[in-house]
Amino acid sequence: MNFDFSDDQKSLKDQARKFLSEKASSKVTRSVLDDAEKSYDKDLWRAVAEMGWLGVAIPEEHGGLGLGRLELCVLAEEIGRAVAPIPFSSTVYFFAEALMLAGTDAQKGAHLPNVASGETIGCFAVSEGPGAPTAATIQAKFDGSTLSGVKIPVTDGDCATHAVVVAKEGAGVSLVLVDLNQSGVTRTTLKTLDPTRGHAKLEFKNAKAERLGAVGQGWDLAEAVLDRAAVLIAFEQIGGSQACLEMSIDYAKSRYAFSRQIGSFQAIKHKLADMYVNIEVARSNAYYGAWALSTEAAELPFAAAASRAAASDAYYFCAKENIQTHGGMGFTWEVDCHLFYRRAKLLAVQAGAPAVWKEKLVKRLEQRNAA
Amino acid sequence: MDFNDTPEEAKFRSEARAFLEANVKPKSAESERLQRKLSPAEYLKAAKAYQAKKAEAGFTGITWAKEQGGRGLPPIYSVIFNQEEAKFDAPAAPFSIGLGMCVPTVIAFSDEETKDRYVAKALRGEEIWCQLFSEPGAGSDVAASKTKAVRDGDDWIVNGQKVWTTGAQFSDYGILLVRTNPDVEKHKGLTMFIVDMKQKGVEVRPIHQASGGREFSEVYFTDVRIPDSSRLGDPGMGWNVALVTLMNERLAVGGSYGPDYKEILDFARGISSPTGGGALIKDEAFRQKLADWIVRAEGYKLAKFRTMTALSKGQTPGPESSIGKVINANQMMDIANTAIEAQDHFGIINDPDLAPLEGAFHQSYMFAPGLRIAGGTDEILKNIIAERVLGLPQDVRVDKGVAFKDLPSGR
Repeated sequence: MNFDFSDDQKSLKDQARKFLSEKASSKVTRSVLDDAEKSYDKDLWRAVAEMGWLGVAIPEEHGGLGLGRLELCVLAEEIGRAVAPIPFSSTVYFFAEALMLAGTDAQKGAHLPNVASGETIGCFAVSEGPGAPTAATIQAKFDGSTLSGVKIPVTDGDCATHAVVVAKEGAGVSLVLVDLNQSGVTRTTLKTLDPTRGHAKLEFKNAKAERLGAVGQGWDLAEAVLDRAAVLIAFEQIGGSQACLEMSIDYAKSRYAFSRQIGSFQAIKHKLADMYVNIEVARSNAYYGAWALSTEAAELPFAAAASRAAASDAYYFCAKENIQTHGGMGFTWEVDCHLFYRRAKLLAVQAGAPAVWKEKLVKRLEQRNAA
Repeated sequence: MDFNDTPEEAKFRSEARAFLEANVKPKSAESERLQRKLSPAEYLKAAKAYQAKKAEAGFTGITWAKEQGGRGLPPIYSVIFNQEEAKFDAPAAPFSIGLGMCVPTVIAFSDEETKDRYVAKALRGEEIWCQLFSEPGAGSDVAASKTKAVRDGDDWIVNGQKVWTTGAQFSDYGILLVRTNPDVEKHKGLTMFIVDMKQKGVEVRPIHQASGGREFSEVYFTDVRIPDSSRLGDPGMGWNVALVTLMNERLAVGGSYGPDYKEILDFARGISSPTGGGALIKDEAFRQKLADWIVRAEGYKLAKFRTMTALSKGQTPGPESSIGKVINANQMMDIANTAIEAQDHFGIINDPDLAPLEGAFHQSYMFAPGLRIAGGTDEILKNIIAERVLGLPQDVRVDKGVAFKDLPSGR
């Protein structure tokens, strides 16, 4: 039994934490929050690219470090802890994973090295309006060489250079690869609950595009990409949850009320213990997801859904109770609590809301039992 | 990451399996039914016979030092044996408190003569032990124990009452926490003794639980004589001895109580939803709840794998393992409650001949409130997590610097 990260992976995590505490303080996150024109922090993006993080899981032949998904998981946790204002998840968990899963050698060769270097910013476009999309509701249309339709919202769609788009092709659905810097693409920046990450509406009018993967396989491929991303996002959510718990512990020890540390009150202790329990449940599920992701195990769909359901609930709980623990201070713009509260909601609804993943989890349990 | 044993662990696991296959039956609905039909005396006899075989085969005291009749193996081996044993209907329960908590305390605080007297017999199941800590006025605050012992020559004379003692009715010995000095602070006036449960003045009365069962007892002590040679630790040091007992709390493995998410999934296929629209399993609200149970049950199971990994590397698990019971007891209650309510009016019937799963959901519903309290309430366990894992400050103490006899006790 070795259900833990290796010493090398843990030391990568320590390095990442140290690096991000220097380069990605909440000041950096706030520079994006407070500037409507700024969709991500370019200096941090460059620094992360120089560290090789964008290509951690990309094979060496395509310009990456050729490490594994477990390394990516530990980085994801630290990026989540820092509420880093960069298009990391869109580029690495979605765009690069989609290419590695479904791309031809030519497509991989053309795009992965640019992902690893930080030149390419990717995004993944599924949603077309309110409600969870399904294969039947997708309206965007691909005719074999051009794409038309509207995607809203697309996380990091305002700063991305390329997109993987889920679109109708004939009677089925395909994944489509699009260069966003062309005349057939119009982007409109969207106001969102979490302005520390960019969002856009993307409109395609006969935009030049190419298929990614086989015709009609798009929905299954999208689900497979979502499963992979689910595990990685779960680690970001756990990092954020853990940061909330640590903020709450520090505050509960330093804040006095009724002439005593508020952390000595059971009402606060039990709240923080509940945060801890939620995080441990989420972390254990996410470790299983990490194992399944890194070994391409048949259990991945089940483990990914469990990871995501647990981590979304844990982050929401920790983020809201972190504000509550801080009292009035927690409701001010200056204190960082709301950065986590905002990011918790983005990560909960992006790529499938908690209810969507819980339904997937039950369905996958039924399938597993039937098999 | 991998889920495999090391070669040594795998070898030990297959030895354990071979022993179990040769001596007990694999768990099944039928084997559980048969075991339930045994009278308490028949069950105890079977348990003692099993324990003797287990000791002979070297599967008791797995982590204990060899001088104590143990095998001197790291904790992971104990976990492995427990995992395998949990797959069988092995009657090991009567010994778990004695070997998990009481006897390790005896070993830690006794001379060679005392250890020779008790340890081997306990390992072979010839003598059973119980733990006498809780009192009617000392539950979560167990250091408020009032049962008193007064020195009389070479003996101590004990008067008072203990409660919620598991297995008192069939125990031969117990470790007993008593107040020997009411004139000093609460934690400083306690002393621990070994007590002969079969002697004059010890009266065991079963407690009729809210669940209907009688698994626990209250124990009355009336002028019970205990020789000073049966004292564990110095007079006044009983609280420190008790902490050692509580730290020795066995590594709970297996630990699922009553029907879990897999059973309610099967149940939900065969019953219609109370809100209409076909089987309960099609009900959206039910499915969302089911997902939460899966996440928690899997999370708990996987957290134990993380603990095992730490054990495998020779680390000792800390108080973080307290989270298990908080999760399980509440989930057990919630699953049982959902299954009962889903049956609408019929859900009130717990007759095993009529109720689903022979009334297992109803048993769960009635036993879960006790589980949320036994061995540390939800609230105490959360305090432990907050103080010992998260490092939060202790609550303000009103009993510091006050003699025990002057503390308010409410009655």
